[in-house]
Amino acid sequence: MSLMKRISLIFRSKANKALDRAEDPRETLDYSYQRQLELLSKVRRGVADVATSRKRVELQVNQLEQQAAKLQAQAEKAIAADREDLAREALTRKSGLAQQITSLKEQQATLQGEEEKLVLAQQRLQAKVEAFRTRKETIKATYTAAEAQTRIGEAMSGIGEEMGDVGLAIQRAEDKTAQMQARGQAIDELIASGALDDASSLNAGDDISRELDALSSTSDVEAELARLKAGSAAPQAIEAGDGGDILEPAPEQQAAQRPAEGGQA
Amino acid sequence: MIVRILGEGQYDLDDGALDALNGLDTQIESAIEAGDEDMFRTALQGLLAAVRSSGTHHAADSLDESDLILPPPDATIDEVRDLLGDDGLIPG
Repeated sequence: MSLMKRISLIFRSKANKALDRAEDPRETLDYSYQRQLELLSKVRRGVADVATSRKRVELQVNQLEQQAAKLQAQAEKAIAADREDLAREALTRKSGLAQQITSLKEQQATLQGEEEKLVLAQQRLQAKVEAFRTRKETIKATYTAAEAQTRIGEAMSGIGEEMGDVGLAIQRAEDKTAQMQARGQAIDELIASGALDDASSLNAGDDISRELDALSSTSDVEAELARLKAGSAAPQAIEAGDGGDILEPAPEQQAAQRPAEGGQA
Repeated sequence: MIVRILGEGQYDLDDGALDALNGLDTQIESAIEAGDEDMFRTALQGLLAAVRSSGTHHAADSLDESDLILPPPDATIDEVRDLLGDDGLIPG
């Protein structure tokens, strides 16, 4: 038998089982309507869950992209400081991040797809539930119990199939979301452990930063030293020139006086 | 004839379109039996594309039963096997 036929028969038998459970067929209508409403609210929750997961993945992508930009800047800084080894390390880490980012973006697209599917499923189910409600009231008002049986069967089979479909869609979305959440958690843990060096943490200090900081502080010290040396020579020249000490600020005066005294001695 | 693609809703198809679909359906079945995921995927995508292109969306507020039901586009062989099992994927 064809695959398509087999699947549809399985759906049908599930719907019929539900129908057989009730003694008064009219109760079946109300019971089924209740279940439809429950399913609708389950779909809404499903949409919200998937959206939350998607936003979380988006946030992680942003974090990792910031981190990649930071590593790029570090590489440039390292090259400027003539430290190719550091630059290489930064770029290697950046390429590791790029893989994470690509895989996260795929997840993001998957979740986006699931979200859209569920939104459409919700709209379809909503339309059918509304149609069922109308049909159910007509059946209850117009037909005797015996006549109602057939009509109820018709209404139930259509909505039963839709419910089976939507139920399956929710289940699949939940499974996918759970998988993503597990992977998302792993990335959060990586970020927290500092392995990916979270760019958002304030006291971020990975080894590349530390070395670069050390480099720049070394060069800062040298620059300061050079400036001080130059600075100590300049007041001396000025003092030698005009000899006036009243307008000079006290620390510079003291600093300038020593060589001057040395000169006098 | 009404055909449902799971996760996508129902389509109205001319009965004449069925012949073309049956060929693809047979391919899917043999792919499942052989456990050939690639062949399964290709055949399923072909079948779904054929339904989408030759069918029109069935009214959303109708309560009509489908004549045929197809797996969702991203289904794997295992999922379809589960779908065919009596207590499989379809929530009762």
